[in-house]
Amino acid sequence: MRRLKEIHKIQELVFELKVGEAKAEKVVTLSPTTMMSEVRAVLKSNKIAAAPVIEHDSLIGIISVNDYINWLAKGDPDCPVYEKMSREVVFLFEDEPVVDAIKSFDKYGFYEFPVIERRSGRFTGIITRRDIILGLLKAIEIDYSKMELSSYSGRHFFNETAADEISLLFTYGVEGRKIQRGGEVASSLKRNLSYLGIHPEIIRRVAIATYEAEMNLIIYGEGGEIGVRMDMERINITVKDTGPGIPDIQKALKPGFSTAPDWVRELGFGAGMGFPNMQSCADSFEIHSTVGVGTTLHMGFPLEASENLMECNP
Amino acid sequence: MRLKDIVEALELEVVTGAKWLGNEVNGGYASDLMSDVLANSQKGDLWVTLQIHPNIVAVASMRELAGIILINGRRPEKETEERATQEKIPILVSRLPAFELIGRLYQLGVSGMRDA
Repeated sequence: MRRLKEIHKIQELVFELKVGEAKAEKVVTLSPTTMMSEVRAVLKSNKIAAAPVIEHDSLIGIISVNDYINWLAKGDPDCPVYEKMSREVVFLFEDEPVVDAIKSFDKYGFYEFPVIERRSGRFTGIITRRDIILGLLKAIEIDYSKMELSSYSGRHFFNETAADEISLLFTYGVEGRKIQRGGEVASSLKRNLSYLGIHPEIIRRVAIATYEAEMNLIIYGEGGEIGVRMDMERINITVKDTGPGIPDIQKALKPGFSTAPDWVRELGFGAGMGFPNMQSCADSFEIHSTVGVGTTLHMGFPLEASENLMECNP
Repeated sequence: MRLKDIVEALELEVVTGAKWLGNEVNGGYASDLMSDVLANSQKGDLWVTLQIHPNIVAVASMRELAGIILINGRRPEKETEERATQEKIPILVSRLPAFELIGRLYQLGVSGMRDA
């Protein structure tokens, strides 16, 4: 069924997509005074089979490999392309759907068609089969990302589950010092959230913040617990350890501040970017710590990506 | 540009992810700090690093990077390889040092800045 639907989508797109949208704008053109002896080099270096001849923005002809060969075969003296070009040029209008272009390719067997703006008659570019394929792929991609935005919300899971309030709770234990296993919790959480159909950008944010918290438990917290609670509106993450605690939280939150031992730094951790990364990914962030007792961290994320949600970058 | 083109041009050894060499490379990022890569790399980046422990896979997967190139002929740890295969992250090895490798990537058109 899915396959049928996709073919249908392409059929729709070939009518929606206009020649003007798919055409290539950066095009090699010749002026009427270009000499025939120069044509070969132009076609060859640009890997094209024909080039339009343009005068004052208007298409006055086209010169193809065929025209060039004919000129060679006849042994005529060198002359401006104006004298040898084909004057009856098949072209397409900007506002025609690409399905017309596809038909023209089949009908004439040419490799390319010049594109003309209907009102002014101005030459605006060239369209090839490649341009059409790229144009269609791009249109499908845009369509697909729109679909992604609208359907990945986690809503459908909640909508189809009958209850007044629903929440899901994931808990993970993290062992201290096992730096080799770093990222296991974040990766597993990431998978779970994508099964639930959460928006990819939200997943990215949650995964990065969780990863940083997980590494903190491993490096400083001597292990701990990560709890993820998801309800109909938000994802709330609580990270708890009974480790040494943080004496000065304000200082610990400063980008670049780190108390990491050398062995950790050598592995590329402890750059003092963990907390800043968490803060830039989460939309709420709270930390409580008592020296000798432990540290608790709360991070919150919206469940749905809003239009203005930026990438998780500081 | 696809990963495959880069592997060929720079004669990289493909350690994991031979199936994923069709990945599109959108840009490049070079760093040996995990948090830095998490914060500043972008989706589809090719990551150049000397780190070989399994966390590089977690970071690459989190950021949806196109792949990882290890420099100076460094080999990934066994566990790194296993995780990379699981997470479908290509790990490539270059014999070149970082400076040289990045220079050649840049020549191929891989840029560290999206709007450049």
